[in-house]
Amino acid sequence: MVSGGSGRHDAIIVGAGHNGLVAACYLARAGLDVLVLERNPYIGGAAVSRRLYDGFTYSNCSYVCSLLRTEIIRELNLPGYGLQIIPYEGGCTMMRDGGHLALYHNHDALRREIARHSRRDAESYERYLRDMLRQCRFIKPLLLREPPDPTSFKPRDIRELLYLGKHFHRLGEQRMYDTVRFWTMSCADFLDEYFESEIVKAHLAGSSIIGTALGPRSPGTAYVLLHHYMGNIDGAVGAWGFARGGMGAVTQALAASFQASGGSIRSGAPVERILVRNGRACGVVLESGEELLARIVVSNLDVRRTFLDIMNANDLPEEFVSQVRNFKIRGSSGKLNIALDGLPHFPAIPHGSPSIRGDLHVTDSIEMLERAYDDWKEGRWSRAPYIDMLMPSQIDPTLTPAGKHYMSVFVQYCPYKLADGEWDAARRQAFGRTVIDTIAEHSPDFKDLILHAEIRTPWDLENEVGLTEGNIFQGELTFDQLLFNRPIPGYAQYRAPVRGMYMCGSSTHPGGGVMGAPGANAAGAILRDLGRAH
Amino acid sequence: MLTESEPHYRQPLLKTPFHERARALSQVDSFIPWAGYTTVDVFSFVEQEYFAIRNASTLYDLTPMVKYRIDGRDALRYLNRLMTRDIGKLKVGRVAYSVWCNDAGHLIDDGTVFRLGDTEYRLCTGERQLDWLLDSALGFDLQIDEVTEETAALAVQGPTSCAVLKNMGLGGIERLKPFELAHFALPAAIASDAQIMVSRTGFTGDLGYELWMRPEDAEAVWDALMEAGRYCAIRPIGSRALNMARIEAGFVLPNVDFVSGERTLRAGTERSPIELGLGWLVDLNKGHFTGRRALLEEQRRGPRRQLVGLDIEGNKPAHNALLYADKAGRRQIGSVSSATWSPTCKRNIALAMVDVPYIETGSTLWAEIYLNRELVWERRMARTHVVERPFFAPERRRLSPPADY
Repeated sequence: MVSGGSGRHDAIIVGAGHNGLVAACYLARAGLDVLVLERNPYIGGAAVSRRLYDGFTYSNCSYVCSLLRTEIIRELNLPGYGLQIIPYEGGCTMMRDGGHLALYHNHDALRREIARHSRRDAESYERYLRDMLRQCRFIKPLLLREPPDPTSFKPRDIRELLYLGKHFHRLGEQRMYDTVRFWTMSCADFLDEYFESEIVKAHLAGSSIIGTALGPRSPGTAYVLLHHYMGNIDGAVGAWGFARGGMGAVTQALAASFQASGGSIRSGAPVERILVRNGRACGVVLESGEELLARIVVSNLDVRRTFLDIMNANDLPEEFVSQVRNFKIRGSSGKLNIALDGLPHFPAIPHGSPSIRGDLHVTDSIEMLERAYDDWKEGRWSRAPYIDMLMPSQIDPTLTPAGKHYMSVFVQYCPYKLADGEWDAARRQAFGRTVIDTIAEHSPDFKDLILHAEIRTPWDLENEVGLTEGNIFQGELTFDQLLFNRPIPGYAQYRAPVRGMYMCGSSTHPGGGVMGAPGANAAGAILRDLGRAH
Repeated sequence: MLTESEPHYRQPLLKTPFHERARALSQVDSFIPWAGYTTVDVFSFVEQEYFAIRNASTLYDLTPMVKYRIDGRDALRYLNRLMTRDIGKLKVGRVAYSVWCNDAGHLIDDGTVFRLGDTEYRLCTGERQLDWLLDSALGFDLQIDEVTEETAALAVQGPTSCAVLKNMGLGGIERLKPFELAHFALPAAIASDAQIMVSRTGFTGDLGYELWMRPEDAEAVWDALMEAGRYCAIRPIGSRALNMARIEAGFVLPNVDFVSGERTLRAGTERSPIELGLGWLVDLNKGHFTGRRALLEEQRRGPRRQLVGLDIEGNKPAHNALLYADKAGRRQIGSVSSATWSPTCKRNIALAMVDVPYIETGSTLWAEIYLNRELVWERRMARTHVVERPFFAPERRRLSPPADY
């Protein structure tokens, strides 16, 4: 382990989240001496598994996996360091009238399931899938590329812009129109072009608002739908799965891969400030006062935290600072992790349906989802929240004692700032009660099975994980903050306005969702600047 | 009996009304999914089933064919706007094979249109597409319903098929001309007052009929046919044998020879009816229809590629073979979509999409074929000629009245 102080590192990475570790792995593999600093006593950022109740492992923040790029998994040999991603099948929305809509992997089962609600929608679903897959095919090659700067005349930018243009034109005329519409329209409008059944739309709309401080009728949410669909597991586009051992397995495998390449990690080492001398980043000062020097500094933190909290504004261009202040990074979601004494019964889900092992929801109309958003706008958590609920212990035997279950409940909407005062223990409990009551409406034995619950509000996510306002994507995934505008126009290429300083968090292209692409792209930019092949 | 009580998440595939009969006669337990149903791929062995099509009579369960009832004052206007062919010429009691396209002139699907009454039509297709049909129906006064599950269907095909139906007691069946349909009383032995509809249509390019009935009559009709065909060497066949016959007949199959223009992901993989050699189904003079403008333009410009029939040296079917202009394999000019050894023609045949100008009959191409020599794989560049389709078209398919064999 490098003890610090003694020598200068090639690179210091601030934050041991998955993107920080991905960048660290690539830099270490290129032969750099890399030190990763983590504020918490444990690594992982928002891809973390913790044991807060005896015998139970929670995926405390992120809870499912799909977007993590296969290229990264292979290149860093993550399976060799213990990462296993297991797909789960489908999911289910339970309706207020006792009905349900499930999504099944089998094509014919799915068609017949949707046809119970609308025969036409069952067939429109093919068209919907086709269009989602077309958009996926367009965006996929852009994920592991540094976004070109359209105002630049550098050969690399011109080359990359040409690539983007050519790639766009390959879509064909009609699809070029479709793509531009798709990236800017609301999820509700988008789904209306395919479906007539309210429950079908409600089920699909969920992933258009997850992590986003927007409602299904807000422009830009159709893209968020795609963002959750563009991953794949073993070639199955749109499939989601569990990391065996919880999402912490992702960062544990990354850390092991990194250390095997000679890198070192210091946890419990919060960074007080990034040192800038003569306009060049040259290291960090820890809260303990210890000074660590490096040729380059890479921040895994979101841009607000990086540039407003641990850097001096007077080391940065004034306009840049203003733009960072204006960067949209709003907290909209909370999380409950619940230890259960057994598998709860959901009467709406038919016995024997595999959908219980997938993502479960209780929001049965777009209207209900939009009303949930209205509560957020007024500074309170949704009285009838959208929940994305899974019990991975049905598939992953490592999470709980036999017969017990772990339930992960993602909750939306939940504001960072409440209209009627600050978050405190009583309000956190009240928020948790709302969620538990919502689930209990669909499961009579649910409350009796609860052994322990971890309740996390956006405020907790900010204070424990470090995500500004608890925004899970390190910044909204709206078109004004995507591609060459992410995070800040002119600074989309992972380089901060200070020499030797880089960004590698989800604030950068292509955004969040445990993709690892920002970390890999940032490492690519750094190695190019250092004149090393990536 | 039917186990309809099994929910779809346990048993995604439906069973046709003939399933129990097929299950009883299946020797090799080879079933495949087709349009949401479980159907027989092979009953016993493919060559015997194939030769029954060309030599005797066969039963093929085509219940999974997707069937729509289109009924209403505007049904004809609607179909004429939807389809490339002039449906106005279709008289009551007749059937037409047609295709339909999207605005870009890309083929969506092919199928048969039955005119059952003045305003009532039935459309039989390979793929479900209710959303397209309903979207196209905007502004027309008509009703569209999928009736797949309400109608059981059996194809009776082969040189003795007319004799079988006569034996079964369908009086006057010999007067039915190609692409005609008629209704018959079921034989007295079947305790049903329902009628059975018979059309002289099929997918084998041979003499044959398709029988359309209520699901509750299905097993009795099957039994009556097996009995009536006993001396005509009737046997049930699976999809594998039928596929050999349809390639000989030169018919295209969706998702094999083309992908619906409404399903493709990659630009440029769509196909027009002209490219598929179905230009004869496109009537550019009948007035407006969906895709007309694009097809006019394509006709003016000429297609860039076309589906052709191939005759390939050797006897190894050229499944998915890449096609080259030169033996060295430097210039790819197409690929094979359907291939089979033709037991009747004793030729190695295929359907392939080939670039212009190599589409001309008599052109020489080279097919890249992989040969399995006891698991030692070898590549062969097989000399290939573009030939006329269909590969096999016996006179008996059109003869009226048909002969007994």
